[in-house]
Amino acid sequence: MEFKTAKLKNGLEIVAECDDAAFSTALGFFVNTGARDETDEVSGVSHFLEHMVFKGTPSRSAEDVNREFDEMGAHYNAFTNEENTVYYAAVLPEYLPSTVRLLADLMRPSLRVEDFDTEKKVILEEIKMYDDQPPFGVDEKCRAAFFGNHPLSRSVLGTAASVGALNADQMRQYFERRYSPRNIVLVGSGRIDFSQLCETAEQCCGSWPTVEEGRPLPPAVPQAGFHVVCKDTAAQEYAIMMCSGPTASDADRYAAKILATVLGDDSGSRLYWELVDPGMAEHCSLHHHEYLNAGMFLTYMSCDPEYAAENLKRIAGIYQNAIAKGITQAELDQAKNKINSRVVLGSERPRGRLFNVGANWVQRREYRSVRNDLDAVEAITLKDVAAVQQKYPLTQPTTFVVGPLAEISSAA
Amino acid sequence: MPQPILSHEFENGLVLLGEPMESVESAAFSILVPAGSVYESADRSGLATVTCEMTQRGCGKRDSRQFITDLENLGVQRGESVASAHMSFGGATLAKNLPATLRIYADLLRRPHLPDDQLDAARLAALQELRSIEDDPSHKVMLELKRRYYPDPWGRPSEGDVAAVEAITIEEIRGHFQRLFRPNGTIIGVAGQIDWAAAKDLVGELLADWKPISADEAADGERGVRTEHLAHQSNQTQIGIAYHSVPYRHPDYFRASGAVGVLSGGMSARLFTEVREKRGLCYTVFASHHTQRDRACVLCYAGTSSERAQETLDVTLGELRRISQGILPEELARLKARVKSGLIMQGESSSSRSGAIARDWYHLGHARTLAELGKLVDDLTVSAINEYLEENPPNDFTVVTLGPAPLEVPVAA
Repeated sequence: MEFKTAKLKNGLEIVAECDDAAFSTALGFFVNTGARDETDEVSGVSHFLEHMVFKGTPSRSAEDVNREFDEMGAHYNAFTNEENTVYYAAVLPEYLPSTVRLLADLMRPSLRVEDFDTEKKVILEEIKMYDDQPPFGVDEKCRAAFFGNHPLSRSVLGTAASVGALNADQMRQYFERRYSPRNIVLVGSGRIDFSQLCETAEQCCGSWPTVEEGRPLPPAVPQAGFHVVCKDTAAQEYAIMMCSGPTASDADRYAAKILATVLGDDSGSRLYWELVDPGMAEHCSLHHHEYLNAGMFLTYMSCDPEYAAENLKRIAGIYQNAIAKGITQAELDQAKNKINSRVVLGSERPRGRLFNVGANWVQRREYRSVRNDLDAVEAITLKDVAAVQQKYPLTQPTTFVVGPLAEISSAA
Repeated sequence: MPQPILSHEFENGLVLLGEPMESVESAAFSILVPAGSVYESADRSGLATVTCEMTQRGCGKRDSRQFITDLENLGVQRGESVASAHMSFGGATLAKNLPATLRIYADLLRRPHLPDDQLDAARLAALQELRSIEDDPSHKVMLELKRRYYPDPWGRPSEGDVAAVEAITIEEIRGHFQRLFRPNGTIIGVAGQIDWAAAKDLVGELLADWKPISADEAADGERGVRTEHLAHQSNQTQIGIAYHSVPYRHPDYFRASGAVGVLSGGMSARLFTEVREKRGLCYTVFASHHTQRDRACVLCYAGTSSERAQETLDVTLGELRRISQGILPEELARLKARVKSGLIMQGESSSSRSGAIARDWYHLGHARTLAELGKLVDDLTVSAINEYLEENPPNDFTVVTLGPAPLEVPVAA
């Protein structure tokens, strides 16, 4: 296992974790752009653009793109979040150069008006699909209330109105600003011939023009609050709670992961034993999400509406108790055992490692091996977890509750 | 590369399969117990699911909490599910922890407490799961499609129904366990960084003295209606279509599933191209081959806004019919490339392999190596698939829709 980096003259970086023993190769272009880089007028454009990238280039039609990926037997896709848009493919090692050539070509899309109009219908269908699946939409409302005017308050999908009003010129302007080679990293993992990767990248990406485009990273100033949204077609009641947490560059993010595992892992956590095991909630979990210069703890709960008020009380009680009394050594050890196993198992396949290697580079410009992560988790003490609880109390959340209930009392 | 698959059948009928994989640090296991939802009576639909939940609420010397705590300290990422034929328990962990993990699961298989005082909680969990299906219309339409396509009880959703789950008693749960948890018919697959001889000795120590029980196989009952609309307040209409196919163990299986791969495997496949790419009719559309041991079908799904649902149904049915005119050589070439790279990537995952070898044994009475599977895919030809399609054109469709208004289903469907 060897980590290698290179940089083209136009600023495009290439990073790879090369493993000669792997059976496959995973490759991805990580673009530093997402919902946080949008304005109200173009809300949803990053995600729409991600779809349009597969619609063809000056030398390939949309059908050519899909056909060529399938001819290589590639397992490929893309996703957009608040901070990144990622295009990736897992292939057999012999297809490394042709996969890089194809993905690189996609990074210079035609954005034809006809394709834009057809794909807009698909995006609007995607929005309608989620709208039929509660609690969709409420997580975005909660995010907006939590982050206030901060760029991270923006919705990734946008709304039917904002996507409906978008035109192809607006998308082109956004593309010119954001898809500069200085804003893109080519990431590889698995069996990689690094010099071949760099040569192919130079041929395909070396002529991309550089645009200087910054990204404001203001600190977040979250607002606590309690909101109920009535959706009478929903069967279950859903609650989403956001609280501040360590950012992507904070050293205490590992202690935050441990805390989230002890209090709110899907199984064997305090939320699990008090809400899920007794059948009071279908699901209840706590996770830590990290962003550039911002971070949050997110609690998610779904349950029979009858138990919603009681469950919110129990969640608040669990968080208060954890701050007052801390977690136990046995809980810390159990969380470490779980996380260690997840890290090792999640890293066995190159496509699992790709996202880890890529995220470390785009968020922190650092390489972390599996061993580095295991060591960081192993080093966490009860004191570290207590410090995170003091610094980021889970007891002052922004809460949104959605479901058939018209009102529900705040547990706080 | 992967080695041959090892197998051992104990005298009581229990089958252990192993696939050593040098390239991974993990070991995974998959246990199939012949105690699925087809063994329930019609008025106790959901009994297998609640029994499955109850087996995890204490076994051997461990209570419910100790069971989960011990598995988590062993780093086991576990999962369980109930299908028509089987209840499945599986997981993966660091290879050194596999023996201790199997010891715990042997207690679950043979000595679950099935405690009376946990029944309400297990029942509530099952009821919550049933409610959540109502909030996931795409999931719901496919459950309702299978329910109508297969003869009862083979299409019955394992989640059950509210009235039945509310009525289940602890005696019925214990009865389901005593009647059906047995070595004969149980299959255990282990894969990854395993020591086969040690695994065989351990499973022998834990399970070789487990007494076999005979159980009656479920008989085929009635099939549901072929076309039905279910009213649902939503933006989109969900469309589910099912038609005949052959099961995994049938000699024509690879020809039949190859044709499905041309319809829906990769983004250049026909349904994605015609329904989404060219017309922008929907976000999700797919067809997949669904197999049981003795029956199978092709399941298709599309979800789209109600005003375009009729066109989506018409275009989708049109593509299903058109495939009987034959596939093209380039379509088969793409399918082979995709399947073969998928097989090689399966070789990087102990969980994929432990599950696959256990399922293979159930369907075939032997397990196929990745190399054998690759050969079967290599041997597919355009003429063989087209011959199959000519003799077995997609027709006689079962169509279930869920949404604000019914659609016109062509009579010829």
